[in-house]
Amino acid sequence: MAAFKETKFPANAPMTDKAVGWVDDRFPLSKLWNDQWGKYYAPKNFNFWYIFGILATFILVLQIVTGIFLTMHYKPDANLAFGSVEYIMREVPWGWLVRYMHSTGASAFFIVIYLHMTRGLLYGSYRKPRELLWLFGFAIFLALMAEAFFGYLLPWGQMSYWGAQVIVNLFGAIPLIGPDLSLWIRGDYVVSDATLNRFFAFHVIAIPLVILGLVAAHLIALHEVGSNNPDGIEIKDNLGPDGHPVDGVPSHPYYTFHDLFGVSVFLLVFSAVIFFAPEMGGYFLEYNNFIPADSLKTPTHIAPTWYFTPFYSVLRATTADFMYVLMAAVAAYVVFLWLKSRLSFITKIIVAIIGIVLIIGMLPSVLDAKFWGVVLFGSSVVIIALLPWLDHSPVRSIRYRPTWHKYVLVVFGISFITLGYLGTQPPSPAGGVISQVCTLLYFGFFLLMPWWSAMGSFKPVPKRVTFHAH
Amino acid sequence: MNVLKKLLAVLTLLPVLAVANEGGFALDRAPERPSLTSLQNGAKLFVNYCLNCHSAANMRYNRLKDLGLTDEQIKANLLFSGDKVGDLMTTAMRPADAKAWFGAVPPDLSVIARAKASTAGSGGDYLYTYLRTFYKDDTRPTGWNNMVVPNVAMPHVMWQLQGVRTVKMVEEKDPHDHSKTTHKFAGFQQETPGTLTPTEFDTNIADLVGYLEWMAEPAQLTRKRLGVWVILFMCLFVLLTWLLSKSYWREVK
Repeated sequence: MAAFKETKFPANAPMTDKAVGWVDDRFPLSKLWNDQWGKYYAPKNFNFWYIFGILATFILVLQIVTGIFLTMHYKPDANLAFGSVEYIMREVPWGWLVRYMHSTGASAFFIVIYLHMTRGLLYGSYRKPRELLWLFGFAIFLALMAEAFFGYLLPWGQMSYWGAQVIVNLFGAIPLIGPDLSLWIRGDYVVSDATLNRFFAFHVIAIPLVILGLVAAHLIALHEVGSNNPDGIEIKDNLGPDGHPVDGVPSHPYYTFHDLFGVSVFLLVFSAVIFFAPEMGGYFLEYNNFIPADSLKTPTHIAPTWYFTPFYSVLRATTADFMYVLMAAVAAYVVFLWLKSRLSFITKIIVAIIGIVLIIGMLPSVLDAKFWGVVLFGSSVVIIALLPWLDHSPVRSIRYRPTWHKYVLVVFGISFITLGYLGTQPPSPAGGVISQVCTLLYFGFFLLMPWWSAMGSFKPVPKRVTFHAH
Repeated sequence: MNVLKKLLAVLTLLPVLAVANEGGFALDRAPERPSLTSLQNGAKLFVNYCLNCHSAANMRYNRLKDLGLTDEQIKANLLFSGDKVGDLMTTAMRPADAKAWFGAVPPDLSVIARAKASTAGSGGDYLYTYLRTFYKDDTRPTGWNNMVVPNVAMPHVMWQLQGVRTVKMVEEKDPHDHSKTTHKFAGFQQETPGTLTPTEFDTNIADLVGYLEWMAEPAQLTRKRLGVWVILFMCLFVLLTWLLSKSYWREVK
């Protein structure tokens, strides 16, 4: 440890300089500011897709602040919860605004995060050396889904209650431990006051702490390797005489003011929703949730909030009939791996054994479709984390890949959105078939990526970023 | 934002095409009655006809001041049975008694206009259609039935205003199976007139529905008024931040 050295200032130095100097001698304030933002060099060719990280952080702060004010008046008791939300809406000064900011913020958070992940897909932001960055991000996504799920029970409306009932019962599908696990999560045999109280604790403090920790890890991992950019080239490979990347600019003032503009555009849209369409046609605030929870009245149509519906569709698509398609798909994939992959012989044997076990497990007499539905539901989320190891393209960014790769991405995007839309609708025969097709497309996109991502003629990657002076 | 709402309304129309085929009585559009006078009329109808059985336990009487009324006016015209003007609009009927007398507990109406929205129409549309499609049915315990909520436990509270109506049903061949016939609704028949003409009744119900929509979210008047200023400010702010950002980025080669 170096000996303490006090910074000397001339007598006529400004008070602020002396004050900052006093702190800097005892805490790395200026160093932190400069390393993390002030003199942190970021690529100068960031486009529209690069605003969503900062927007996600902004919305996180918004949710925490509005959440604190809501917690001052909300009552986590099954008899009082619904009324306390209405109390906030009517009697707490500006309570309606805080409530709408929180409910719109929740949906906005997911829109921003899905777009943030899309950026990753487009420009290969998850590739080496950013795999850990991607994994932290995926963990944040999981925590965010848990946070939204726990938070949604709190208004104690019909959809809150029955949505929680359905999803917690999904854990009951796990063989052997399922029913006990569901009982442990709920704290009761059905969703009840016990469940509400613990979900309140998870939503208000447990998961937010986890999210804050993961966001810190996410940013540390990012700053360790530096940001990617739309051209997918490493700006640190090309340093100037001053030691900084020639294609980089210091975040302050360039991205301070650029991101301020981005945040203000977001706030414009956000305000428009809050003040003029807070329910958003029943997608942000569901109509059914304005009926107090009634354990004796099951709604005709239980669906999760819109941001969970793509994965929910995958669960619903897994019917007994679909199991045969899945068995064929598993068999085809194992054969494909044997013929086309460069895995070692032992690995191929292990793959074949896993495939056979899966197919046996998928037989109707062994494990029913409900269990496999839950498995596919979980897998459809977890597979996103595997992207760094599935993508075998020689170039990072979509800009230098064969044009048809763009169409593959578009088909994937359409499948995801279609699954999402179908999840909001009641089940139907046509919807069922479409969601099964989209499920196959969704998983096919990931599981066949080691091959399709390396196919085609790639364009030469430039040495310098594509930047046009503003 | 009306554009956004209209676009959403058009998009939500698509599933309505499916819903309309499956059943569920087609909903009428509730007329817009935005004036404070019509809201006050709606409050009067609500307090006189609804609050005997239904509660609105999240709504305080003195919130009616938002509709341009004074405490004295509320106390004189809209308060009964020893309630104070700062009290919540609760009802004295106990849920157990209600269940015994009607077969169902009358739901709280605080947010009913938000709860009844669906792809078939807004909450106001639902309530407007519901309150105007009661008909005489001697097979029911109350003597009344309803087109929007078949076999509803609620009687036609405002029958004296609308008069007594029965339904006309026609027999039609079932389109899916020509050997069967289905009953199809073919309109209402006025048996005895009410104290209001049909148009007057519809207007009053529109006022009541407008009041219910307001009561479901009393802050909405402030919300929309403030919203205009917020959006105007944000447009200005976006312009300023864009110019500021551009002024820095001009230096970057």
